[in-house]
Amino acid sequence: MVPISWYLIFAAALFCIGLFGVLARKNAIAILMGIELMLNAVNINLVAFWRYGTPRDISGQAFAVMVFAVAAAEVAVGLALFISVYRRRRTVAADEIDLLKW
Amino acid sequence: MTIESLVWFIPLPPLLAFFIIILITNRWKRASHVIAIGAAMLSWLASMAIYWYANQVEHLGEHPISSSIPWLPIGDTWLTVGVQIDPLAAVTLFFVAWTVLMIFIYSVGYHNYGQPKGDHDRPGIPPHGATISDVQGHMHKVPSIEPMYSRFFAFIGLFAFGMYLLVISDNLLTLFIGWEIMGLCSYLLIGFWYAKLSARAAMIKAFLTTRVGDVFMLLGIAYLYSVTGTLNYRDILHNPEVLHELGTTASGFLGLSVAGLVGLLLFIGAVGKSAQWPLHVWLPDAMEGPTPVSAMIHAATMVSAGVYLTLRIFPLLATGMEHGHLTPTMQVVAFIGAFTALFAATIAIAQNDIKRVLAYSTISQLGFMFAAIGIGAYIAAAFHLVMHAFFKALLFLGSGSVIHGVEHGVFHTGENVDPQDMFNMGGLRKKMPITFITFLIGGLALAGFPLITAGFWSKDEIFADAFGHNHTAVFITLALAALLTAYYTMRQITLTFLGEPRSKAADHASENVWTMTVPLIILAIFSLVLGWVGIPEDFPVVGNIIPNYAHEFVGETLLVEPKPVTFNFVPLITSIVVSLGGLGLGWLVYRKTKAGAADPQERVLGAVYTLLQNKYYFDELYDFLFVRPAYWVAEKFSYLWMDRKIIDGFLNWIAHLTSLIGNFLRNFIDMPIINGFGDWIGESTKKLSAILRPIQTGRIQQYMILALVTVAGFTALFYYLLVYGR
Repeated sequence: MVPISWYLIFAAALFCIGLFGVLARKNAIAILMGIELMLNAVNINLVAFWRYGTPRDISGQAFAVMVFAVAAAEVAVGLALFISVYRRRRTVAADEIDLLKW
Repeated sequence: MTIESLVWFIPLPPLLAFFIIILITNRWKRASHVIAIGAAMLSWLASMAIYWYANQVEHLGEHPISSSIPWLPIGDTWLTVGVQIDPLAAVTLFFVAWTVLMIFIYSVGYHNYGQPKGDHDRPGIPPHGATISDVQGHMHKVPSIEPMYSRFFAFIGLFAFGMYLLVISDNLLTLFIGWEIMGLCSYLLIGFWYAKLSARAAMIKAFLTTRVGDVFMLLGIAYLYSVTGTLNYRDILHNPEVLHELGTTASGFLGLSVAGLVGLLLFIGAVGKSAQWPLHVWLPDAMEGPTPVSAMIHAATMVSAGVYLTLRIFPLLATGMEHGHLTPTMQVVAFIGAFTALFAATIAIAQNDIKRVLAYSTISQLGFMFAAIGIGAYIAAAFHLVMHAFFKALLFLGSGSVIHGVEHGVFHTGENVDPQDMFNMGGLRKKMPITFITFLIGGLALAGFPLITAGFWSKDEIFADAFGHNHTAVFITLALAALLTAYYTMRQITLTFLGEPRSKAADHASENVWTMTVPLIILAIFSLVLGWVGIPEDFPVVGNIIPNYAHEFVGETLLVEPKPVTFNFVPLITSIVVSLGGLGLGWLVYRKTKAGAADPQERVLGAVYTLLQNKYYFDELYDFLFVRPAYWVAEKFSYLWMDRKIIDGFLNWIAHLTSLIGNFLRNFIDMPIINGFGDWIGESTKKLSAILRPIQTGRIQQYMILALVTVAGFTALFYYLLVYGR
């Protein structure tokens, strides 16, 4: 087996890429994709720790499945929000939705 | 009730009347005069009772009716005040009670009680008459009732209280209190018709002139108290050791002894009160008051108070007198008295106003009394005081009756003449017979008509004393004054009553109501018979029929009873000659005076007449010496300079300084520093917020970046603090 640090570094890198995507992309869908990436990175982390920590215990796998479900639900909600925003503001660019500006 | 408490009671009814009238019955005229006269009657009854009792007592001078109470605590002792009736007080009480009662009754008629209200009468102006219509519809003008009727009775009630208090008191302090109360009432009553400018000026003049005297009197009282520690008559005036002590101690002032200086100071008070020269100027002007006031205050009672005081302190004046040699103070008293007697008599012969003649006559007669005291003729002075009160009150009330009668004529005819000017009168003996007879009796008494009038006996006594003790200058001066007295009296009677009426008003004059004539009659009876109580025992023919009551009774007041002077024909002949001569001369000069004619004296005396008529220009002199400087000090100095310039200027300067300080504080501290600080905080908050506001862009990605940075920062911080720092 490869050392756990490979998986952790890989998950961290993935998380940072996802974070970068959330912070830097204009398009709202792209932000959602970034969020997905962050969630997947978290999943990898979870599974790595399960495989290398308590492989016999099934709770690690169950937690990862729950994260999937939550991610999917969240994306659904996010998309619904964006559709609503688009209907109002005719745009999905994140930096144009600035009504909370002073 | 003991006899002493009856004495205490005497002054109270008039005082009570004053308060009741002022507080309760001011609106009701009849109630007011009933209360006032009732009070006067009560006091009269009490006075007569005391007088009768006093005559029963043996040697009243040594055992006077007295009673005193401790009044003022001073250190270890008390100042006691009380009453004392010795012979002098008893005879004074007698004449005060009678004259006060007569004048109270007279005032009812004088102020026209029962007459209708005047057409234009208002409080403060003399009544001017009311127009009424009779059965046929003719309009008549009649005298109208005085609007301030009740106020008059209140004031004379207060005055009566003051006089009674003065008479019954046994010490100089309550005497002074009564003295001042009478001064106040004199002021109020002279200016009774306060809307008249002349009355207002006269009231102030009277008060201020007598004040000058009162200041010296108060000095005398204070000095006496500081030397002896008491003001009681008995302790000082009836005590030979004290008198001797006072008489021999030098006061250090003008070479007088203490007694002499005190006597002089108190005498100056009497000079003011009794209108002697040089403080005589107020009395003629005091005639502005209603005639009952002139009669009571300025003839019978208040001016007599000065003589009463001087009689009281006679022991102080006379202490140190040896073998008839007068003390310095007595010389001053005699001089002032004799001088004033002649001085005032000369002025009286040139006066045309009926009341002014009597005013100067009063001043002159008081001068007689003071001259008598000054030469040591104690009993003669007291005797003349009592007689004079009666006939002078009679003369004044008579003149009031005359003025009333002529005023009636003025109303009837509508003629515009001065009802007080004798040259507008004449022939009134037919129109006003009772007034004529009584005035004639009073006038003869004043002139000293021999044997039957009171004035003769009292004046003769003074002459006898002056001649008998060889005071020749005084004797001659008084004789001359008596001559002039008889002359101006007859002048007055002739002009007023004899001859023919010189104006239509005089022609239509009429006699007055009984309330005015009955007092005249009673006083006339006294003026005739009262003199007989003082007939000297060795008088030819009539002496010794009646004992010399005046001498025996009044003489007991003094420690050493004066010896009666031996009879001499010279003063008697002088007295008869000046009296009859003066009367005859007055009648001769004036019996043929026609209407509109000038005074015959003008032609004879020329410039002297003008001098006399203008009263030797003393009023003008005092105006120049005292009144104008006083006004100057008041107006220019005190008011304009001190008050406006200096005091107000100082205050304005302080206000200016305060406003300068205020402005400085406002402009240089309040505005920039305090306001500025407040404003700076506000402005800097705004600026700060303007700087910080752009952070809120509304862009959510930016917020997340910020959150990330913050988390990273805090992580580093916690890592440093919690992990690395260990």
